Order: sequence, then C-alpha cells, then structure tokens
Amino acid sequence: MKIKRFGVVAIALAAAGALTLSGCTSGDASSSAGAGDSSAVVTTNGSEPQNPLVPTNTNETGGGKILDAIFAGLIYYDAKGAPVNDVAESIETDDAQNYTIKLKADQKFSNGEPVTANSFVDAWNYGALLSNEQLSSYFFESIEGFSYDEDSELTGLEVVDDTTFTVKLKQPESDFPLRLGYSAFYPLPESAFEDMEAFGENPVGNGPYMLDGEGAWKHNEKIDLVVNPDYDGPRKAANGGLDIVFYATQEAAYADLQGGNLDVLDAIPDGALSTFQDEFGDRSVTQAAAIFQSFTVPDRLAHFGGEEGKLRRAAISKAIDREEITDVIFSGTRTPAHDFTSPVIDGYSEDIPGSEVLDFDADEAKKLWAEADAISPWEGSFQIAYNADGGHQAWVDAVANQLKNNLGIDASGAPYPTFAEVRTAITDRTIQTAFRTGWQADYPALFNFLGPIYATGAGSNDGDYSNPEFDALLKEGLALTDLDAANEKFQQAQEILFKDLPAIPLWYSTVNGAWSESVDNVEFGWNSVPLYYQVTKSE
Amino acid sequence: MAGYIVRRLLQAIPVLLGTTFLIYYMVFAMPGDPIVALFGDKTPPPQVLDQLRERYHLDQPFIVQYLIFLGNIFRGDLGTSFSGQPVSEILATTFPVTLRLAVIAVFFEMVFGISVGLISGLRKGGIFDASALVVSLILISLPIFVVAFVAQYIFGIQLGWFRTTVGPGAPTQDLILPALVLATISFAQIVRLTRASVIDTGTQDFVRTAASKGLSRTRIIPVHILRNSLIPVVTYLAVDFGVLMVGATVTEGIFNVPGVGRTLYQAIIRGEGPTVVSFVTVMVLIYLVVNLLVDLLYAVLDPRIRYAK
Repeated sequence: MKIKRFGVVAIALAAAGALTLSGCTSGDASSSAGAGDSSAVVTTNGSEPQNPLVPTNTNETGGGKILDAIFAGLIYYDAKGAPVNDVAESIETDDAQNYTIKLKADQKFSNGEPVTANSFVDAWNYGALLSNEQLSSYFFESIEGFSYDEDSELTGLEVVDDTTFTVKLKQPESDFPLRLGYSAFYPLPESAFEDMEAFGENPVGNGPYMLDGEGAWKHNEKIDLVVNPDYDGPRKAANGGLDIVFYATQEAAYADLQGGNLDVLDAIPDGALSTFQDEFGDRSVTQAAAIFQSFTVPDRLAHFGGEEGKLRRAAISKAIDREEITDVIFSGTRTPAHDFTSPVIDGYSEDIPGSEVLDFDADEAKKLWAEADAISPWEGSFQIAYNADGGHQAWVDAVANQLKNNLGIDASGAPYPTFAEVRTAITDRTIQTAFRTGWQADYPALFNFLGPIYATGAGSNDGDYSNPEFDALLKEGLALTDLDAANEKFQQAQEILFKDLPAIPLWYSTVNGAWSESVDNVEFGWNSVPLYYQVTKSE
Repeated sequence: MAGYIVRRLLQAIPVLLGTTFLIYYMVFAMPGDPIVALFGDKTPPPQVLDQLRERYHLDQPFIVQYLIFLGNIFRGDLGTSFSGQPVSEILATTFPVTLRLAVIAVFFEMVFGISVGLISGLRKGGIFDASALVVSLILISLPIFVVAFVAQYIFGIQLGWFRTTVGPGAPTQDLILPALVLATISFAQIVRLTRASVIDTGTQDFVRTAASKGLSRTRIIPVHILRNSLIPVVTYLAVDFGVLMVGATVTEGIFNVPGVGRTLYQAIIRGEGPTVVSFVTVMVLIYLVVNLLVDLLYAVLDPRIRYAK
C-alpha cells in the first residue's frame, strides 16, 4: 500500500514536472526571438575551399562562406541585398568615377593590427597584380592603373590619411560602391604580405568571427570559427561560434541534419526536394536566389546570325514551357525567368517591354520559325551542350522535347562528361552548338547580370554578343549616381536583350534550406548563404 | 625467405613506374582545362589563365609534365593541390582513415564471412545453408550505395544507433557502420568461397583419416578442415583490399568519411594530376604489400607451400 501511494505521488510529481517543463519550453519558444545562448556554437554545412583562404583568390561558395564570416568589408549586404556600411564610415562620389572612402576609426584585425586605409589599398593592389595570379583579379579592372598585360600598380588608389582613401576609376561606374561587399575587396593585415601562402592557411581577418587558433582549418573535414571579440560592427555574432563541416555530398549533409548532427543546412539534395518542407515545416526555406539560368545560342552558329537568328531565337524561347519544366522536373524549386537578372536584386521588374517572348506560345513559335525559314530554310538538328556531371540532363532533355514537339525540328542534348570539358570548349569557341549558361551574381546589382555577360568584348560574353545600342545604355546607366535612374537605363538595356536574345532565359534558381530545432533566427541572405551571425542556439 | 621478399619488393619498382605513367597519362588525356573549370560559369581573362597554367606546368607537353612530377617525387616533393595544400599532407591525413575503414571492413568480412561459410559448408543442404545462400545472393545483387543509404537511414536516422555521418577526426566508432556497409560487398563472396572450400576439404582423405583415428570434431574442424580451406579465401581477401578501396569512394561520399576515396574523387573531378597520381601510387603500393603478405601467409596455412631456397 505504501509503495502504491508512493507511486501515485511519483506520477503526480512527474505530471506536474512535465507540465511545468512543457510550460517552460512553450514560454521559451514564444520569447526565443533574440534570446538563445550566445555562447553555443552553431554547426553548418560547407565544402572544402578550392583555394587558399585569400580573399582575392576565392571565387567559389565553399571558401566564400568562410571569408564572409572572418572578414568585414567596407559594406555588407543585408538579407534583402541592400548595402550597409560595415568598416566604411562613408563612401561618396559626385561623378560616379571618383570615390572618397572614409573608414570608421579604431578598427582592428584579430591579431591586433589596426584596419587602415592602407589595409585596403595594399590588399587591392595585391589582388590586381598580374603576377599574383589571383582568381578574382578582374574585379579591379575598372580601377585606374589596372592591366591584364603587365604588372601594374592601381594608380587610381590614393591613401589620404589613416582612415581615408580615394578611388579613381577608368570610367564612371555608379554601381562600384555596391561591389565593395564582395570578398575580393576585403582588407588584409600587413602580416599577410610576408607570406601569403601561410596566410591562406591561417587567415587573419577583421570580421565577426575568427579562426579557432592555428590549424583550425582541418582540410576536407571542417573549419572551426569563434567569435572575434575585437569586431564591433553591425554584424556582431549572436552565437558563440561557427563550425563549418565540409560535406562531399548534399545527401550526407541532409542526413546529418535529420540525424541531429547539424544545425543549419543551406542546400537540400534533389532526392529530398519534394519532402523537406513536410519534414521541417517552418524550419525550412525556399526563396529566390541571385542565380540566372539560360542557354546561349551564339551568332556564329549556322542559321543564327542576323534577322534570321533573331526570329529563330524568339521561336525557341516561345516554344519552351518554363512553368511546366520548373514544376515537373524541379518540383517547383526553380522560378520561370521573366528577365535577365534575378528577383532578389533591387530594380528587378517582371514587366519589361518585350519580355512576352518568354511566355509559352506554341503557335506563335511555329509562325516565327516559319518566318525564319522563309529567309533561309532550316536544316540539321538543334543541340544544347551541357556537362553531364552537373545534373542538367533532365531539363535539357525536357527542353529539347518541347522544341521537337512545338517547332517540329530535331532537337537534343549534347552531353559533355565534365564541367571542365564543356567550359573549355566554350572558352575556346570550339563549341558548335548552343550551350547551357548560368550566372551567379557577385554583388546585388542589375548591372552585374548584364555588363559582364552581354557587353561587347566583356569577360564572360561566351556568345560574343555585340550591340552598340545595348553598350551605350549600360554606359549611360553607369554614369548616373542616382541608383534608381541607373536601374531605369539597365531595364531599357534589357529591352534590347529581349529583341536579340543573346541567351534564352530559362529560370532563376531558388535556395532551399532547413535547420534544426536547436537554432532560431535563421535567415538567408541575397546570395543564398544564411546570415550566420544572427543565428541563435537554444541549448 | 628474405631473398624472396627482396625480389618481390624489387618487382614493385617497374609496377609503380608503369602505373604512375599510365595514370598520369590518363589524367592528362582527360579533356577539358582544369584551370578554366576553376572559374565556374565565369570566363577568366586569358592572361590569368596562362599564368596559372604555367604554375602547374599545364602548358608543357605530357612527357615533360610527367618527368617534372617524377623528379619532384625523388626529391620528396609530391606537389600541391589547387587549394595550396601539400599533397603529402593530404595523403597523411586521408590514408590512415581509409585504412582503418578497410581494416574494420575486412575484420567484419572475415569474422562473419568465414564463420557463416564454415557452418554452411558443414551443414550442406540444411536450413542454415539455404538461408545463407539466399542472403548472400541478395547482398551480391544490391549496389553498395543502396545498402549504404538504407543503413544510414535505418541505423543512423531512425534508430540513432550510429552517427549519420562520420564526425570530425573520424573516430573509430563512427567508422563501424560504413565499414559494415563496405563489408557487405565481399561478405557474400567470402561466405560462398568458404562454403565451397569447406565442402571440398571435408571429402579429402586426410579428413577421413583424422576422423577414423578418432579425433574429435572440435579438433578436426578448425585444424584440418578450416585451415586447409582458407587458402582461396585469403587469396580473395588480398584482391578484395583493392575492391574495398574502390567501394570506399561511394561509401565515403555517403557517410562523409574524410578518406582517400572522397578526396581522390574530388581530385579527379578537378583534374589535379599530381594529387591523383600520388594517391593512386600509394594505393598500388598498399595493394602490392598486401599481396606479398598474403603470399607469405600461404606458407603458414599450408606447409606444403614453401619459398625457402
């Protein structure tokens, strides 16, 4: 009897305990915004950086994610992609060509060195120098003094005092300040120049995080970051650090999120795309990314030059049902394109005159194709080249099928085994078919989606497109210091692109991510990377 | 015996030269410029491309590249990966992990494979034998990535018995699940091999003689039957080591093991010639050494085979 009574008491106690506990947790949940343990470390997925961690030599997301955490640039981009001053006090210009940049005073690298105007000027000069072979050197090409042909100092940079320097560009470029949050423009401490190789292994930055001591970068495994106590900018960390675990496959990372070994995941494997929202509910996100997908049909291909080419491109574009492909093949994880940029960019518009060419209309497509045939009859087959190692086959086949059905022509995919192979053929101009192209913005600006790809002679103009009218509009836009007015010019430039279709817009990628129960305040930035500094951990 | 070992080791030199040459040629012959691929969808300025090609000697003809590579190896320099890490360092961190994985896998294969095979062979035609044959048939026909995903889902995510992927530093307890998955490839083969060999040995004269002398089964089975049945199994294990290294590429990807398979795969994708060749060279070396050990083991298992001269 005594035992039984004890049992009842125990049950009552347990029940009361459970009630209070659940009361506690629900209370926690409601007040969790902004709360959470600021000393707990957040784990997230990443990939082994392709290059040493030198800001001007990192152009892929694996290393970029780390650099953005350990460095602070003149500006950073908030969740919407708007620029906010980080190290900069002010960035001013009257003519879009000469800039005066003032830094906030008393900023330090995590090794104690001060962040001065020289930290920026020296770093940029290092990154731009031809013989330093930096992968991102082209970011400095608009600064006066830059040269691809010989080692040359950036004469357009001038240090005024410890916290002020000026930049003179070769020509007016109003979106120059927007670029300054990109990793290529990060400052470097003096100690970096003594031995850049060693620095790349153990980089010292001025950002919200820093490496957890020498050798924190465990190659192929992970990198451990801790909070940089010296950082006092707007991105102050709300957690105790960041462990970025390198995964060879997205599947492995997803399994770890499911298994509770990972807090934040910014890529969902294809196999889980249709289920992850059910599984993670409001702990998941699907939002547009600054990634534009297309395929390019160069002018030099037979039947694609001049007026005939314009008609054929328009016909091809109208023969593709983008809605259907994004739904069926990508389970809604792509958004049909309405322009040549991305919805996450300031100035984006769905209603640019001429964009109707992206709407599916099989009859109109047939008509346009027939008009082209009247100029010169079509023969042969239409092929789209892609790399077979990148998961492109499904959509290329679907597009080819639609072209077959809607235009009545022979169309197919032309797979290249590797990415390197197809890119080499594109760079060499040896490719004799249309080919897949994509663009991920380096900084959130309309111009970044247009200038580098479609301007005459531009670096990534793989289709050798050239239209003086388009070039002129870009130039006009760059000369305007008012961002809205400039964006208007860029939209006008896009109207020309819709007529010429140097690339056939397909869709925008979306970022798909999910996170565990133990973290809050997860928000993805314009570049599809979570804003790690604001993530809080609840246990 | 010592002479035999030395001769075998000397044989390794032409094998190594031949394999490195072939592998280097294959990496070189891979179409596409790895430096171009470094820039993703963006096209780099030609001057930057030229500079980088020069740094990795990619502008030289194949034979010059190979000789530079060989010369550097003799000076103990295995080159650096595109990420600027010395290849020797990558080798030193990844090989121990894969070796541990392979050793655990071989251990499971041997313990389970040989014991199941032995019992099957001794009870030929029984229920145990029949079910062992069916199970091994299923395991042989399943691709390893299916086994890996199913094991990861059931034991890692659903039951939580193991970590879903291998944690930092690749602790041995995390390697058990991937090793079990890896072991399934060869487990079935070993069961069948052992079973056939045991049945075969069981009908030999010396076994009958031993039995007629009145020796107990507990003595006949391990000493007379098992020991004499093991030679084909041990030979298979040596070959199997190579299979394991290949299987590791898939398993290491799925369980995120920071080992050779995963790293080698990435190096091939990136077209990092020196890294690929160094890795393969070490794999060939291991393969040679394991085969040598197996040949030496024969003498222990069967005194009729001797190398003394």
